[in-house]
Amino acid sequence: MDFNDTPEEARFRAEARAWLAANAPAHELPVGDKLADDEEIRRGRAWQRALAEGGYTGILLPREVGGRGGTALEAVVFLEEEGRYHLPKGPYIGIGQNMALPLIAQHGTPEQVARFAPRTLTGDLTWCQLFSEPSAGSDLAALRTRAERDRDDWVVNGQKVWSSWAHLSDWGILIARTDPDVPKHKGLTFFLLDMRTPGVEVRPIRQISGASDFNETFLTDVRIPDSCRVGGVGDGWKCAMSVLMGERLGQGEENPEKGVTKLVRYAAQTPRGAGSALDSDAVRLALAEAYAEEQGARWLQARLRTMVSRGEDPGAMASIVKLAFASRNQRMAGLALEIRGLAALAPPPEDAATLDIQYDYIWSAALRVAGGADEVLRNQISERVLGMPAEIRADKDMPFNKL
Amino acid sequence: MNFDLSDEQKMLAEQARGLLAEQSSPDRLRALIDQHAEWDEPLWRALAELGFLGAAVPEAYGGLGLTELDLGVLSQELGRANAGVPFFSSLVLAATAIRLAGSEAQKTRWLPRLASGETIATFAYCEGADGWDGGVLRTTFDGAAVSGVKHPVADAGVASLAVVLASRDGAPSLALVELDGPGVSRLRLDSFDQLRPHYRLGFDGTPAEPLGAVPGARAIEELFDRAAVQAAFEGVGGADACLAMALAYARERQIFGRPLAGYQAIKHKLADIAKDVELARSNAYYAGWAASENADKLPLAASAARLSAIATFEKAARENIQVHGGIGYTFEANCHFYYRRERTLALSLGGRGPWADRLIATLCEPAGEGA
Repeated sequence: MDFNDTPEEARFRAEARAWLAANAPAHELPVGDKLADDEEIRRGRAWQRALAEGGYTGILLPREVGGRGGTALEAVVFLEEEGRYHLPKGPYIGIGQNMALPLIAQHGTPEQVARFAPRTLTGDLTWCQLFSEPSAGSDLAALRTRAERDRDDWVVNGQKVWSSWAHLSDWGILIARTDPDVPKHKGLTFFLLDMRTPGVEVRPIRQISGASDFNETFLTDVRIPDSCRVGGVGDGWKCAMSVLMGERLGQGEENPEKGVTKLVRYAAQTPRGAGSALDSDAVRLALAEAYAEEQGARWLQARLRTMVSRGEDPGAMASIVKLAFASRNQRMAGLALEIRGLAALAPPPEDAATLDIQYDYIWSAALRVAGGADEVLRNQISERVLGMPAEIRADKDMPFNKL
Repeated sequence: MNFDLSDEQKMLAEQARGLLAEQSSPDRLRALIDQHAEWDEPLWRALAELGFLGAAVPEAYGGLGLTELDLGVLSQELGRANAGVPFFSSLVLAATAIRLAGSEAQKTRWLPRLASGETIATFAYCEGADGWDGGVLRTTFDGAAVSGVKHPVADAGVASLAVVLASRDGAPSLALVELDGPGVSRLRLDSFDQLRPHYRLGFDGTPAEPLGAVPGARAIEELFDRAAVQAAFEGVGGADACLAMALAYARERQIFGRPLAGYQAIKHKLADIAKDVELARSNAYYAGWAASENADKLPLAASAARLSAIATFEKAARENIQVHGGIGYTFEANCHFYYRRERTLALSLGGRGPWADRLIATLCEPAGEGA
């Protein structure tokens, strides 16, 4: 067991660290203030361009498609070093880098790679994800959006939901049903959609937080040229799975400044009698157990990274990190409100820490659903890690239009 | 970064697991309980023969000189097998106390004997419901003799040596006591863990030597941290065994026409336990690494590993019986060994409360965040 970098890793880390020290500070986001969405994207694009110029985009992508052709561990090392700065790295960049690019690199044609990869790597193109639908969430393959062939085009009709930043994205990765006569997983096809195409209408969703990070996207007679189909007709499910695995591995990175340590400080700063809220046995126990779990997830990730660096696939083990994180995050935000007491319900405007925690508590409900709901993750762990029987899927072999 | 056990550590685990599967089977455990046995003596000999008892004892004192992470690998396997041997008492608690705080002469005299298994030692710290912390120690040590009553003390039936936590000039200190000396009384108590007998150990002017190479409070703190790491490994091994047992039973048991393992209530329960086991195992690995390589990080790492292991083994031991249903409540099924051992591990060294306090206090120190 060794936390030291190998000589090659150390060399890469030193190089990345020096480059970041010279380039990252100018791109850091202001602390506290929330930027307008279009300004945040502008900054995200600028940072992505800087990364591309420095040779630090697409670390895992092959050189043929414009990537660095680096190792998984280099990608991890770079994320660790980059994580020391407060940079504009929202879904507006992440979906392009972690989902669209790997998808196109793996399943796209040479023309698609040439057309999309360079501009995505430089942040020139931003992407959103058009997967979920009102009646297809965890059961994604139940999606109803139809794509029908019309000569060289596909005509798409349907409704997508939970597409982060779709209102400001250039392109979307879309999965639609091209054949309703076969079982649901088999009739799906993957497309790249120019979000400025006529018939694409993005409407913000008013969330329980009051914000509108997510959208509904209505697709009405949207024409997509066949040149924007990725992979074979009917191969959409396979493509979607490879993309969603990318989403899973990118999750659960834990910044200690946002974790339990921060709540311990918050409790210590909350007065109770002559002392602080941290004088309560119950508070200390709850925080200590959560800290232990958080650290366990940190070291589990270190184990999974070690597997990745050896070329092994951690598979559903990665789901453990997300499953633990989502529940703990909600539990801790709820506890933090209790630590502050009734005052947490209506803090004075200068109490930024409590306002943040209020927001965290609301947002924590979304994290238990997004990117793999708790229940889906438990199924994955039980089936793929423990080898327990798969769920009974009554619709598995039925043609979609007979369901 | 390489955050995994080495090939040698994996081999060590495999070798230990093989031996324990053969010699410490559930039927063997049942027989030991029926015989009201003090311990599994043949298993102890076998562990000694392979050098396992001296794993973490320095080579200069007759051990293999392996690290505490290696020791953790063994503790995990002993936990998995729920073995009936005084390993934790003798080679984790007592040997570590002597290694940390013993004089050269004490180390030279005792560590080789502990490493070979010829001498068994225990650690006598608790004083009934008063526990051992908060300055309530009634057992006294004047530098030459101890007097007082310690209970419960694990494995004191087979131990010939004890490290005794006693008050010396009003401060906690460690004394080394030979149990065949004058004024020693031993009474076997009705022990909750049927495979780890506990005793009431009395001393009345019994000759004792100080373990005084470092100040008492510091030695005690470090001893508990290092022991907590091994208890965490043992707990993770036990939890892993419970998960494997529940899983095997759920696969085989048919209910309403299909395997119990196919029901989501069971799948999700076991998925949660698998999650907890992997988190606790990762914490134990890190704490084992800290104990071996980076003592600055030990207090926080040990506390986290301890809390993680307690919560995990607790849930695994309870839900294992639950998944088994009625059969899990029988002596013939194997769940009960772990159901009892889990409480032993949870209560030894202090439970959640003191370890949560230690974790938070360490975290609040100026340099506490570490790592």
